[in-house]
Amino acid sequence: MTNNQPSISSKDKIPFYRDERIIMIFAQVLSTVMIIGVLIWAIINFFKAAEARNMTLTFGFLKEAAGFPISNPPIDYEPGMSYIRAFQAGLINTLLISGIGIIAATIIGTLTALARLSSNWLLSRIALVFIEFHRNIPLLVLLFIWYFVVFGFVPPVKESLQWPGPIFVNKRGVYLTWPRLTETGGIFIILVVIGFLVSILAFTMLRGRRKITGKETYYIPTSLFLLMIFSLGGWFLSGGTPFQLDIPYLKGFNYQGGLRLTPEFAGMFLSLSLYTAAFIAEVVRGGIQAVDRGQLEAARAVGLSQFQVLSLVIMPQALRIIIPPMISQYLNLTKNSSLALAIGFQEVFAVGKIAINQAGRAVPIFALIMLTYLSLSLLTSFVLNIYNRRIQFVMR
Amino acid sequence: MFRKYFPVLAIFIVLALALTACGTTEQPPAGEPITVVETVIVTVEVPVEVPAEPVEAAPVAEDIFSRVLDRGKVVCGGRTDLAGFGMLDADGKNIGFDIDFCRAVAAAVFGDPDAVEVVPLTAADRGPALQTAEVDILSRNVTWTSSRDAQWGNFTNVMFYDGQGFMIRKDSGITSTDDFDGATVCVTSGTTTEQNLSDFFRQNEMEYEAVIFEETPAVYSAYEEERCDVTTSDKSQLASVRSGFADPEAHLILDITISKEPLTPAVPQGDDTWFDIVKLVSFALINAEELGVTQANVEEMKSSTNINVLRLLGEEGDWGYTDLGLTADALANAILAVGNYGEIYDRYMGPEGMSFTLPRGPNNLWSNGGLIYAPPVK
Amino acid sequence: MVNIAIEQDHIRPPQPPGFLKWMKENLFSSIFNTVLTILLIPLISYFLFAVSKWVFFAAEWRAVTQFPLLYAVGQYPRDQIWRVGIILSGLFLFLGISWGRWGGLLKSISFAAGFIMLVTALLPVQHPALDLSMRLYLGSNLLIILVGYLIGSKTAIKNIYIFVGWLLVPVCGIVLLAGFEASELIPNVSTTLWGGLLVTILLAAGGIFLSFPLGIALAFGRRSSLPVVSAFSTLFIEVIRGVPLVTILFMFSIILALFLPVESRIDRLVRALMAVTVFSAAYSAENIRGGLQAVPLGQIEASKALGMGNFKTTIFIVLPQALRAVLPAIVGQFISLFKDTTLVVIIGINDFLGIGRSIINSDPEFVQMRTEVYIFMAVVYWIFSYLMSLASRRMESAMGMSNNM
Repeated sequence: MTNNQPSISSKDKIPFYRDERIIMIFAQVLSTVMIIGVLIWAIINFFKAAEARNMTLTFGFLKEAAGFPISNPPIDYEPGMSYIRAFQAGLINTLLISGIGIIAATIIGTLTALARLSSNWLLSRIALVFIEFHRNIPLLVLLFIWYFVVFGFVPPVKESLQWPGPIFVNKRGVYLTWPRLTETGGIFIILVVIGFLVSILAFTMLRGRRKITGKETYYIPTSLFLLMIFSLGGWFLSGGTPFQLDIPYLKGFNYQGGLRLTPEFAGMFLSLSLYTAAFIAEVVRGGIQAVDRGQLEAARAVGLSQFQVLSLVIMPQALRIIIPPMISQYLNLTKNSSLALAIGFQEVFAVGKIAINQAGRAVPIFALIMLTYLSLSLLTSFVLNIYNRRIQFVMR
Repeated sequence: MFRKYFPVLAIFIVLALALTACGTTEQPPAGEPITVVETVIVTVEVPVEVPAEPVEAAPVAEDIFSRVLDRGKVVCGGRTDLAGFGMLDADGKNIGFDIDFCRAVAAAVFGDPDAVEVVPLTAADRGPALQTAEVDILSRNVTWTSSRDAQWGNFTNVMFYDGQGFMIRKDSGITSTDDFDGATVCVTSGTTTEQNLSDFFRQNEMEYEAVIFEETPAVYSAYEEERCDVTTSDKSQLASVRSGFADPEAHLILDITISKEPLTPAVPQGDDTWFDIVKLVSFALINAEELGVTQANVEEMKSSTNINVLRLLGEEGDWGYTDLGLTADALANAILAVGNYGEIYDRYMGPEGMSFTLPRGPNNLWSNGGLIYAPPVK
Repeated sequence: MVNIAIEQDHIRPPQPPGFLKWMKENLFSSIFNTVLTILLIPLISYFLFAVSKWVFFAAEWRAVTQFPLLYAVGQYPRDQIWRVGIILSGLFLFLGISWGRWGGLLKSISFAAGFIMLVTALLPVQHPALDLSMRLYLGSNLLIILVGYLIGSKTAIKNIYIFVGWLLVPVCGIVLLAGFEASELIPNVSTTLWGGLLVTILLAAGGIFLSFPLGIALAFGRRSSLPVVSAFSTLFIEVIRGVPLVTILFMFSIILALFLPVESRIDRLVRALMAVTVFSAAYSAENIRGGLQAVPLGQIEASKALGMGNFKTTIFIVLPQALRAVLPAIVGQFISLFKDTTLVVIIGINDFLGIGRSIINSDPEFVQMRTEVYIFMAVVYWIFSYLMSLASRRMESAMGMSNNM
């Protein structure tokens, strides 16, 4: 690309201002000077302003007591604890909402895409309405609608809805009956994890053997059997009671026990996952429709069931197309979780914003927030790109 | 090949953009104030005889005031989303208790109460806006605290005595704060309210669950939907919100007040004249109520027999207007524009108030058992 | 199990499908489908019934109907509102001209716009904002569109003038909105008074428009062979794309002031616009880069062979093709930017959402009506962005680039 044109320079010399090499160097120097100049100018201004307003530019204050409460911190947190602790609580909330949101959005999105492609006209229309509704409303408005409008219809604590499970739903949140580990539960968990690892190992080894030798190695039953053996062993070792059902009960103002999802979390989770699901549905639909029709017909001709056609023929091929846009949807979801501050779910941005108001250390805190999101984004895209590369490689 | 010119093109486009961006920035008038800390340094270090270096010129006093005069209007940091204090009417005009004070200042300076530009500020950027003198007055129900006084600007004169209280539902079984243990409390983030709340529960060794929102309206929506047992805020706000509930009688504002919240207009640091003017206007509004001067009777009161009324209205003696660079009838104009303190209060929060009804309580005149007191105008 | 219906081209000659036949094919084609249909019908009916019951009987729309101008233009002085009217009429004129020239989608948009104007003008309700002059103005817009149509279809006005007009109206519009300090006729209107839908559209359109050159610069910068430029552009793009828009808005609203000289002060709305522009530029840059990569090398070589210089090749050969390829992506980006502008509420700008929230809080009584206000705003946002996505889809198929992902 960069080699020079066959020049006529042997006869008349090119003036220096048309010599590409000189222009290159000039442009390089000019751009460097400009960028660095602007940066230095900004930094000088910044130090002047910082000095004038007595701002701290170090991160030393992070160890000081934060002094503000966080609603339903995911980890043990008191206003007397340090800024670092507050920040950690926010970060865990961000990770939690993004992680669960991504899983839910993927499932809902895929189901919606399938519904959209359904041969049932009614179902397909409903899916279309769902997609168009969510795609064309700002997430912030959707959030308000879920949190202030929909949750407005949920009954107060004393008149909680009770669903089988038992699950209690009221203004204070959704209370699920949740298995909690008993004292001996640890043994069970450890053994299940070991069993899981062993069965995965067996699965890959035996399958690899089959691929090479072509002999049936029964890799699925074997690995399932191994997993079961380990789980049962754990069950008996823990005395038959690895878990205890923790059923929510009403005490004082609120329900106690069980697993509680706060309305803020639920509202954020629902709007974030539904919003992203609508986009994912379009991505998945596009991917499925891009699969060659011949593939579908061939699969049917071989006699595969509808489910097998979908899971063994269509999806693996569609995934190749789906994954890259899916990555950007996941990244969007993670970044959009920062809107949670509008409805009082305190993730990293909300905590950071309070800290800025309260402490007046705008710059370091802000840098911290930016770095957090940047590393989250980079990490997500890094991991997913590895997966993407694998899947693309396998398919070829 | 063709790539090589791209950087050049790119730089040109960037440059062009940078230039347009500069073009859109407001040209700061000459002699914009630098911050106060520098003022102090300069006054201390540079002897009076030696003129300061022209480049790093120290901000001259009268900076803000002269800028206000140049501009022809007062820039007032306010809000558009708090009933009673700062809100919008159907025509999009800014109205409210805090806004009327800005209008009074504008009337005193220019004789025209409409020479005000209200900049809506969020809780997060009201401090910086005052520090950088982006606004001439911050009248956005700000609590006067020592640290804010030190950091943000100069607080003038308390216009509204408030205190943080609690609101509960009557059917919740709570009768006093003793029953609060384990309660869920809705609160705004980033304000003194949040800190007061956390201090209160810590001192009383009670547990609570905070539900924290960025925006005040969200707090009350959540409370009303029974997301919380208790909501906490300045009592005036609680009263305002309660009046809007479907059934105000079902809610109770507890008598306890857990903090002092003197809501006070503030001005940027560095201009004593401007500071004095804003303070004087608030004094005038209070004195007017004391002396019975109202929006309606300003003109006839100019021929009153009460010497104090004549002084207030600039008919006799100098209340300081020559030194401040104002006209003699500046305060009379302010009263004519928005009425006296009591009238402003009643307009929004009186029995016939536009927004809600809140008994004057501590915001009554000192002579009526309240806290509202102002130095005499003479 | 869900059936996958991939558009089947009929082998038999198509027959006019009867209603029953259509039902059989689309609703009751299999047992599973039949069960699904039977389950879904009552569900949908109940949902529609509940929603319409709420909309027509339970809901109190006062907080919405009382303040039409506030939602539209925010605090813009009511005696200066004719300036907004002029801009709107200007846009309608060029809409009509374009309709006359190109027809197609523009025709539908013109009809929709005209229809809305007519309905509002004839709305049989008493409303202070809808006085006779307002009704006349709204009605006259219908004429303006028609006049435009006639100009576009009957006269030989050059296409370039139409494009220039489209560009000129918004640019002059902003000047007109802002006015001049010294002018008697159009006094300066401070941007703090701008609000409502006006600001939402301004931020979205301004953001896309301004981000475009910046995006092109960044795209070229990232592909540049100069390491400094390329590294800087890449860093810029990746950092902006890696963080949420709220952080960028926050940075421009609070942090930026620290990095500028103490005495400089940038208008709040301009700061928000800068943030939106920078944010959108990073995404534009990636779109445009994709477009640049899609331009076949042969095009460049051919233009070189014709003796065009690098600069000319870029401007006349590469960019036009690249931009054409990314136009749908840019429209998509515009739609998402339109939705994203709601975030300026967080930095205290009264855009459409912000005005809605201000109204809810301006009167304790309206707090009760927040549901109605939020639903109203959702509907308005929905209509706008749905129409735009419809337009972009039509444009894609018209340009023969229907994306077959």
